[in-house]
Amino acid sequence: MAREKKRRSHGRRSPLAAAALIGIGLVLSGGIYAGASAAVAATSEPTAADTALTAEDGQKLFQANCATCHGLDLQGTDDGPSLYGVGALAVEFQVSTGRMPLQMQGPQAEQKPVQFTEEQILAMADYVQSVAPGPDLPSDHILDGEGDLARGAELFRINCAMCHNVAAAGGALTQGKWAPDIQDTSALHIYAAMVTGPQNMPVFNNMNLTPEDKRDIISALLYQQEEQAPGGFNIGSLGPVAEGFFVWIFGIGGLVAITVWITAKSN
Amino acid sequence: MAHEHDTQAVERVYRPSPGLAVAVDDPVQNPGLPPHRERVTDKDPQANRRAVRTVYTLFYVSVAASIWAVAAYMLFPIEGEYATMGNIRNNNLFIGLGIAFALLAIGIGAIHWSKSLMSDKEHVEARHSTRGSEPTRAAVIQAFATANEESGFGRRKMIRNSLFAALVASVIPGITLFRNLAPNDGNDPVQLLNETMWAKGERLVLDPEGTPVKAADVTIGSAFHIIPESLAGLSHDEGYLEEKAKAIVLLVRLLPEQLKETEERKTWSYDGIVAYSKVCTHVGCPVALYEQQTHHLLCPCHQSQFDVTEHAKVVFGPAARPLPQLPITVDAEGYLVAKDGFSEPVGPSFWERH
Repeated sequence: MAREKKRRSHGRRSPLAAAALIGIGLVLSGGIYAGASAAVAATSEPTAADTALTAEDGQKLFQANCATCHGLDLQGTDDGPSLYGVGALAVEFQVSTGRMPLQMQGPQAEQKPVQFTEEQILAMADYVQSVAPGPDLPSDHILDGEGDLARGAELFRINCAMCHNVAAAGGALTQGKWAPDIQDTSALHIYAAMVTGPQNMPVFNNMNLTPEDKRDIISALLYQQEEQAPGGFNIGSLGPVAEGFFVWIFGIGGLVAITVWITAKSN
Repeated sequence: MAHEHDTQAVERVYRPSPGLAVAVDDPVQNPGLPPHRERVTDKDPQANRRAVRTVYTLFYVSVAASIWAVAAYMLFPIEGEYATMGNIRNNNLFIGLGIAFALLAIGIGAIHWSKSLMSDKEHVEARHSTRGSEPTRAAVIQAFATANEESGFGRRKMIRNSLFAALVASVIPGITLFRNLAPNDGNDPVQLLNETMWAKGERLVLDPEGTPVKAADVTIGSAFHIIPESLAGLSHDEGYLEEKAKAIVLLVRLLPEQLKETEERKTWSYDGIVAYSKVCTHVGCPVALYEQQTHHLLCPCHQSQFDVTEHAKVVFGPAARPLPQLPITVDAEGYLVAKDGFSEPVGPSFWERH
């Protein structure tokens, strides 16, 4: 106790203590947030329905949840586009990524927790497909991830990387729109995005990218999703700007701190 | 030490040096050095021993880290069956950590040693005047005069002037070398910048496969990345990349009524299909961020935006000119072909294009 007191009176608390405390606080709060959001994500997993639903159930679901904007017969209203010809694939993509039902009007539909079970989504997709057909769900062969990785990566760089970033980390577009990151997107949703061209994304039809091209791109992306980053901490794969800021703040900041320590008088 | 006994000593001997300062009656008082403050390690033998322990511990940590770096080299093999990205990363990480700690611990230990244990008494070193004495200055001038006299540099004007000429001429090879960085295959660089591989009848094919594109393939809302057909067959040795950098084109289709075309360019599109150079007119980045609902093309480098419906005019950003449009039509088999080459040079401004 006496020694403790003596230490205090000499001002032995390191000048780095404040910085260390802030660092520890940031790491802790970040960790708790990450844990909490993972827990929330885990609990919001939709539970599978017991019975198989039909297109008629899909119609009821559509009329209850979608018709306000898209019209009772998919014809569209002032608040939402017509769904003629968008197909089952577009419904599956928009609803099971949480983009639809739309949270609010804005530059772009936000991804949010999924509102329906897989069965309900497929039932609505069946209904939309039955009224005005469009692209349907692909065969398993296209989604199997066994395509030519090098070719897929080249096609990705030519057709996709300008918006989605060469590491698939996404990027900004104009006026609040953005190309989402596709580092944890499923094979089906990558395929659906290419075929249906959601929102501002261009459509890549089978004459532009053949089904085999799409399979290669999906394979390359799936490979990239699983592969560890060889360089270690990738800072969101956002490229030289993020990396430059990291070096400016932490690298040069560290050098400044060391310089201050070297020149400070010992107490 | 001076600062311990007489803090005013410096001021009392203050004598402005002639020629270096204007003597004033009330010069700013020299505050002198602050009183010496003893460190914890000077007063408390226990703290002193602790600092000693810290310093030698740091040096031993350095030894351990060096040994660890050698061990990590063996523990994380990256050859043969272990040659995976993950192993290479671990290998780099752990060897790097070892070397980093080995060097950091030496540095931190040395500085901690000097700050907490070595003598920290302040000393005053008076500055002397920097001006040489008169005899020194005269001697230097004499030395230069003698050197001039003996070398004959001022007297032998022919030799001196020829030396100047040689020095000037020695720069000329550098100019030649740098000038030679311009294309040297007998082609005029201005011509190279003006022309692309696009010409009348050249088919529009997909990048990189070389598949020709039919007008019917281009659905509304899609974006095709296009190169000229004769480029697709080039090898890298034949200038594939140089030609591709100029010839890349983005092909999109809109509803014909969405296009706001000028009278003279009405025939440059085909049924709502338009083709524009992908090379930004600002500094030449590939402009390919196509937003199919706004019909805007965004350049990722400096955020220039071009409106595809209005001949790719600049709607935002630093680009000075619209993207050059490639006039297109279809051939007898229905494939899209260029009606002509670009009517203007693609890409950024250069010395003969502003």
